Amino acid sequence: MAKEKFEDAMDKLEAIVREMEAGQMPLDSALKSFEEGIKLIRYCSTRLKDTERRVEQLLASDDTLTTRPFANEGDDEP
Amino acid sequence: MQMKDILTVSQLNDHIKALLEEAFTSLWVEGEISNLRRPGSGHIYFSLKDDKSQIRAVYFRPYGYNRARSTAFDLEDGAKILCRARLSAYQPRGEYQLIVESVEPLGIGALQKAFEQLKARLASEGLFDDIHKKALPFMPARIGVITSPSGAVIRDILHVTRRRFPSVNILIAPARVQGTEAAGEILQALRHLQKSGLVDVIIIARGGGSLEDLAPFNDEVLAREIFRCSIPVISAVGHETDFTICDFVSDLRAPTPSAAAELAVPQRSQLLADVNDLQQRLTAAKRRYLDEQRMRLTSLQARFKDPRRFLIDFQLHLDDLRERLERAMNSAGRFRHDQLHKLKMGLRHASPERRVREKQILLAHLEKSLHNFWQSDTAARRERLIRNTALIESLSPLAVLQRGYSITRHLPSYDVIKHTGGLKPDDRLSITLARGHIEARVEKISGE
Repeated sequence: MAKEKFEDAMDKLEAIVREMEAGQMPLDSALKSFEEGIKLIRYCSTRLKDTERRVEQLLASDDTLTTRPFANEGDDEP
Repeated sequence: MQMKDILTVSQLNDHIKALLEEAFTSLWVEGEISNLRRPGSGHIYFSLKDDKSQIRAVYFRPYGYNRARSTAFDLEDGAKILCRARLSAYQPRGEYQLIVESVEPLGIGALQKAFEQLKARLASEGLFDDIHKKALPFMPARIGVITSPSGAVIRDILHVTRRRFPSVNILIAPARVQGTEAAGEILQALRHLQKSGLVDVIIIARGGGSLEDLAPFNDEVLAREIFRCSIPVISAVGHETDFTICDFVSDLRAPTPSAAAELAVPQRSQLLADVNDLQQRLTAAKRRYLDEQRMRLTSLQARFKDPRRFLIDFQLHLDDLRERLERAMNSAGRFRHDQLHKLKMGLRHASPERRVREKQILLAHLEKSLHNFWQSDTAARRERLIRNTALIESLSPLAVLQRGYSITRHLPSYDVIKHTGGLKPDDRLSITLARGHIEARVEKISGE
């Protein structure tokens, strides 16, 4: 699931940053790690920047489940 | 107290208060609650009554009024209680009242008893154990909410989730949360959410209420369904002080629906800040890293030299050495040469040639001298010889013999005999004459 990936990505990113900060890596690995870190940042930022959420209601009729937008959501919006 | 003493109302009330407090320091009183009021102060005011009488009572907050402490019990009108209290008076109103210190229920209701029993049974089965609690997803994509689609609860949850993490999706599984149908509907909603596979965390929520109101959340079938549910469940039923079976069996209990929403989603602004922070650290680390490498390279470059430069250096050094060597050799050679010359001169100076020549000259001179000497000496000797020969010839015995003398010698020694001593008869004698010799024998010796 994507939710797992976000957390993993953050952990990985954190590890990379720490390693980079320690400054003990060979150049190739450092640059590779940097690229990887940038990718992870892009990924995490994207995950956080998904804007519109969906608020739906679950409907069950005769064993079939459907969803429809939740009507009252508007009440909540500022 | 004397009749004539006149008291003010305040004095009287003070006096009564003192008497009451002294006389009724610690009481146990039982009765039924009525006219319960909860003003903003947090203290609880009520009347305690039985079928004939009533008394005012106040339960001050400092005395430990705290519903969390007695979860199975709530103060409400009609409740029968036993309370520990003291008596006091409120002078401004001239009223006396119980100051309640602790309260316990007088006889537990059937609903309460059932709740306690179910709770104990499920607990003994391990349904509430921590090891069964599932971890909540860090960042849920969609949250399932089981609650009434109308009302404050869903509004609160939508509001809080929007505020914390605007992009998180919500799927509401509507269910009545009160009344006889409620338990079944909640159970159904839970099953539907699981079946849909659309959500990664479920919030079961309801506002506060009485024990009866919360009864659907104390349903055993629901409790077991929650326990079995593979999706993490957050229970947010009632107020902070209301506890239900649903709360105990859920993976996480939130004190309120808003709190459940907060627990379910992370604060996006915080996460963004975290990501930004990591990004800054990453770029800073990279820059610093590259700067360091660059500096190392520069420093290495500075230290790195073309080996030919070393060769030139060697060449120069070599030439220098050669020059110095030659110089040294030359000066040493010249020195030797000079010394040799000096020695040669000395040697020449000390040559024996001259002395040899000197000696030769001397020798020649000596030779000549010797020769001269020899010449003159020989002549003299010859002269002397001639002279001496004449002399000798004049002295020669032969010349004497000529004149008739003879020379007698004793034989065999040929000693010249000059007298008779030593001669004996018959000794042989030789007599030399001027001409010839005579051998003779001694016949007779005479005279001396």
